[in-house]
Amino acid sequence: MAHMNPTPVLEAGQDKTMVLNMGPQHPSTHGVLRLLLEIDGETIVRIMPDIGYLHTGIEKTCEAKFYQQVVPMTDRIDYLCPMTNNLAYCLAVEKLLGLEIPERAQWLRVLCNELTRINSHLVWLGTGAMDLGAMTVFLYCFREREELLKLFEAVSGQRMMTSYFRVGGIAMEPPLDWFARVKKFADTFPSKMDEYEGLLTQNPIFLMRTKGVALLSKEDALALGASGPTMRGSGIDFDIRRDMPYSGYDKFKFQVPVKTDGDVFARYQCRIAELRESCNIVQQALAGMPEGSIKADAPKVVLPDREKMKTEMEALIYHFKIVTEGFTVPPGEVYSAIESPRGEMGYYIVSDGTAKPYRVHMRSPSFANLQVLPSMCKGQLLADVVAAIGSIDIVLGDVDR
Amino acid sequence: MPLEPAITDVEQLKDRPALGRLLASAVIAVEAVKFDRNELSIWVPREHIIAAIRTLKEDPELQFTFLSDVTCVDWYPSEPRFELSYHLLSISRKERVRLKVKLLGDDAQVDSVFSIFPSCDYFEREVFDLFGVRFHGHPNLVRIMMPEDWKGHPLRKDYPVEGYR
Repeated sequence: MAHMNPTPVLEAGQDKTMVLNMGPQHPSTHGVLRLLLEIDGETIVRIMPDIGYLHTGIEKTCEAKFYQQVVPMTDRIDYLCPMTNNLAYCLAVEKLLGLEIPERAQWLRVLCNELTRINSHLVWLGTGAMDLGAMTVFLYCFREREELLKLFEAVSGQRMMTSYFRVGGIAMEPPLDWFARVKKFADTFPSKMDEYEGLLTQNPIFLMRTKGVALLSKEDALALGASGPTMRGSGIDFDIRRDMPYSGYDKFKFQVPVKTDGDVFARYQCRIAELRESCNIVQQALAGMPEGSIKADAPKVVLPDREKMKTEMEALIYHFKIVTEGFTVPPGEVYSAIESPRGEMGYYIVSDGTAKPYRVHMRSPSFANLQVLPSMCKGQLLADVVAAIGSIDIVLGDVDR
Repeated sequence: MPLEPAITDVEQLKDRPALGRLLASAVIAVEAVKFDRNELSIWVPREHIIAAIRTLKEDPELQFTFLSDVTCVDWYPSEPRFELSYHLLSISRKERVRLKVKLLGDDAQVDSVFSIFPSCDYFEREVFDLFGVRFHGHPNLVRIMMPEDWKGHPLRKDYPVEGYR
């Protein structure tokens, strides 16, 4: 499979380190990550990640698809937060087109994005805690996640690969009782959070496994390209939602949790606080959800409503045109980044004026965040590598694309 | 927000701090600029990429201290064929800038910015793997996505979508 640095050859009597292979099939690597660990006793001397096992050439595939056909591809990059990927892609294409999105669509996107963030962080919390031996948290997290997946299914027809957003808006209105169901979830979620925290935050075993473990300094985080909670756990106060707002995030009030310790526990605290903030944003979005259209007024880009398509000649023609020929995008290039649960999710799209993107590049947060792993594990114990991987919350689909 | 025409005139854009600093520098030549869709792109010759990125990072009034992304576009069959994009972010000033370098198809090599931004490690390996652009000074320039015995560079435009087989 993917190339690795030449495996270090160790001759007998030369030194006292040994090389241990971890993965690619290993339950705590959250996918197919292979690590080559050079260890001295139980202390890590060097780590070399070997990635590429999940590389499917999505960037190349995108070049052969119409702009609207790329949306389902984006789900499959980071399969724990499909809607964030949808949003990042749609925002980039909309920026290329110069398209104005109605406010209701923006708010719905924010609402779905924060639900996705909760979903993604719940998987991180459950699996990360299970890696350290806390089985119960995993079951509790997946109980709440199941509720979220049902909400996603109700709104998009799919539990995980939602493809709910479209270039120019949103696929369809949520069903009638959906907002009430989201409200019910958001009302009960803080008490569930207390439950998780009751199991972990004061737990002496959990504290011993996380405090002072896998330290990442502020300078290293910046130099090695970490973003998202991994960066904020090391004291860098930056959140794209707040500092470079997109999709109407400037209308929401929320805190950006920052910790300065830079250890596994600091990153844990950041994400836990983010879960509460996300729930808070969901409440604000539900309370202030504007009325109006969920699609931009751009008949050449956005598919007409089903009703119109069946009754109006013009709408039928546009529908036929968009489906068979796609829509053309003026030439140019954009880089549009959003704050995904893992960090900076950027889409760099180059258009040559046709209906297919000339180049789509995803700057995926997991790919960049993985670079900090060797530096944060150096000198740590072998068992702490598992805690470190959990704390940077990588998704291998996102790493390999 | 209807599209506004792109601005490519250096004179109109020189008030922007990032471009102003690069123009003021004696060692860096600016080949072209473009301000399109609220994004600033600056083309520099490949010999100057290290100096340009160092200026953007270390100037106290610019502080582009975070390298978001390095990627490449293949303009086959036209020349110069490859166009590298470096996306820099200034966390304190909340601003982005894009530096671009054009490379000829038969001479696709450039200096690595590893000495300034160690975070370029994986990005440059990815560009090397998928486009075949060489980065001088990169400590470990080997394939990252594809198997090590893979033939060709899949993201090149003359590489078929279905692969060769």
